[in-house]
Amino acid sequence: MSPQLINYLVVGATFALYIWIAVKSRAGSTGEFYVAGKGVHPVLNGMATGADWMSAASFISMAGMIAMKGYDASVFVMGWTGGYCLLAMLLAPYLRKYGKFTVPAFIGDRYYSDAARIVAVICLIIASLTYVIGQMKGIGVTFSRFFEMSYENGLFVGMFIVFIYAVWGGMKGITYTQIAQYCVLIFAYTVPAVFISLQLTGNPLPQLGLGGQMNDGSGLYFLDKLNKTLLDLGFGEYTARQGSMQNIFLYTLCLMIGTAGLPHVITRFFTVPKVKDARSSVGWSLVFIAILYTTAPAVGAMARFNLMETIKPTSGPNAGEWIKYEDRPEWFKKWEATKLLQFEDKNGDGRIQYLKDAAQNEMVKVDNDIMVLANPEIAHLSPWVIALVAAGAIAAALSTAAGLLLAISSSISHDLLKGIFAKNMSDKNELLAGRIAMGGAIIVAGYFGLNPPGFAAQVVALAFGLAASSIFPALMMGIFFKRINKAGAIAGMLSGIGVTMLYIFWFKGWFFVPGTEMAKDVVENWLFGISPEAFGPIGALVNFAVAFAVSSVTPPPPEHIQHLVEDIRVPGVVKRK
Amino acid sequence: MNNDAQAYWKANIRLVLGCLAVWFFISYGCGILFAAPLNSIRLGGYPLGFWFAQQGSIYGFVALVFIYAWRMNQLDKKFGVQED
Repeated sequence: MSPQLINYLVVGATFALYIWIAVKSRAGSTGEFYVAGKGVHPVLNGMATGADWMSAASFISMAGMIAMKGYDASVFVMGWTGGYCLLAMLLAPYLRKYGKFTVPAFIGDRYYSDAARIVAVICLIIASLTYVIGQMKGIGVTFSRFFEMSYENGLFVGMFIVFIYAVWGGMKGITYTQIAQYCVLIFAYTVPAVFISLQLTGNPLPQLGLGGQMNDGSGLYFLDKLNKTLLDLGFGEYTARQGSMQNIFLYTLCLMIGTAGLPHVITRFFTVPKVKDARSSVGWSLVFIAILYTTAPAVGAMARFNLMETIKPTSGPNAGEWIKYEDRPEWFKKWEATKLLQFEDKNGDGRIQYLKDAAQNEMVKVDNDIMVLANPEIAHLSPWVIALVAAGAIAAALSTAAGLLLAISSSISHDLLKGIFAKNMSDKNELLAGRIAMGGAIIVAGYFGLNPPGFAAQVVALAFGLAASSIFPALMMGIFFKRINKAGAIAGMLSGIGVTMLYIFWFKGWFFVPGTEMAKDVVENWLFGISPEAFGPIGALVNFAVAFAVSSVTPPPPEHIQHLVEDIRVPGVVKRK
Repeated sequence: MNNDAQAYWKANIRLVLGCLAVWFFISYGCGILFAAPLNSIRLGGYPLGFWFAQQGSIYGFVALVFIYAWRMNQLDKKFGVQED
């Protein structure tokens, strides 16, 4: 069987599975459309959350970033997992107790204000939409690399599949497809990792292999050997810090707070039956996420090692020699064709030099995204494994896109229409509005996927900064500080977003228009050495400070709001005299 | 809030603060602030600071969330505020 046919078989089978699940779980009411009827088992919800959370960035890009940055990429490893502690202890159980359908609905009720609800909807839509664009790109790239299909056609196939199961099934359909997608993506991620770990260290568990000894009988530890290889070529030590400590600290904090504040993740915990389930379900989510996130550092380090070994082997007949360009392996040629890997023979010797020093380095481009997708080929694994990786990458992108699209459509149909502008809408019409909004959101996301704005990468920084500086503080204060009132919350959210956006735009250009930046985006210009991507926590701090200050000079919230807060603080029913 | 509810809330806050202290220590402490000195200690082939940053902190997070959920369920029962 040709590799192409195998790709079609494997990916086609997963698509058939998703559609079959969608047909079996059609949403019949708004409750099913928004929160799957609140009947999802906490362990299954954990799997669905895993797929919801792990996007094309986690699946395709993260291990590549780790490979290239070593220790400094720990920012992503800790940042994208540690946020679940904040979610479990500060938000999820309370918001589940509150028991309505969306995140902006809570903000609107708790701060007794439609204005607060609208601010929350705007933050949600900006954060979610920027994220969806990334998923659409991920689907397009995967299709074009594995199916010799154009990027555009790949994108249309992806849009069509999401359209079927998300519009049809709502949260109910999305939940059960996400469970299937989690199984596909985790299998696809770990199988190649196990083989590669076995090849290099003889240990089938990548988490142990990374800290184990080389399989070549030398008795050297794998990480020591990697460090030595990199140091010899002028690169920094893999396991040691290269960037500034305060930036790594704040960037990690920004990703953690942002993770806890992203509405599409929070909403997943509205679907379990009880408060108790919400608490344990966050734990299960983190278990399922941790399987990938503890494997990724091994995938990254081993991919970097294999890449260096290919270019300058340390053993075998050509030990110590740079590889001849004409002898480069097949995967190298394939990725050169995509321009994600580029070689330039600067000294004209016909060999590939890969060095830290930019004047001598001939690997002029090594894109992060190559590492995971090319990994099975670099390690000479079977075409079935390669097809599995393609199906996994598509599952990761589709599942995250569906969760985000649901967050967007429910904020439109439930918060804006039913909640504010068309209060008398019937349940049936609201369901229809939700489906139409979902269709609209898919078309907008597809449009941006086809015409990706040049600033797509920067906007992701905005998504986390926004969630960290606006949504997370507003939710947390709403639960933990009864005294915070309407004026304080709105002033806090606006100043938190304001400061964060100002700082990002200052270095990235106003609304990301190239050439309008006020200062060059380099470490010398940053305030206290904080990069724009890491600024979210400062925005959150401003939000907290302003909210407390304004609330202390304005009247406290009315009594029924104080009761609302008391009610969500306990799982059971509050008895009042 | 009546006294019981207040006592429940206080116990909850204490638990959360304790968990978050551990959360901070394993990630920001061992994984970032003290990573360099910890790297001179080895865990198999792992320098310890690097291990905390890319492995250990995640195992810690998982344990923390389950410990929190388990302790909270106990508190719910102790103060009689559980569902149903």
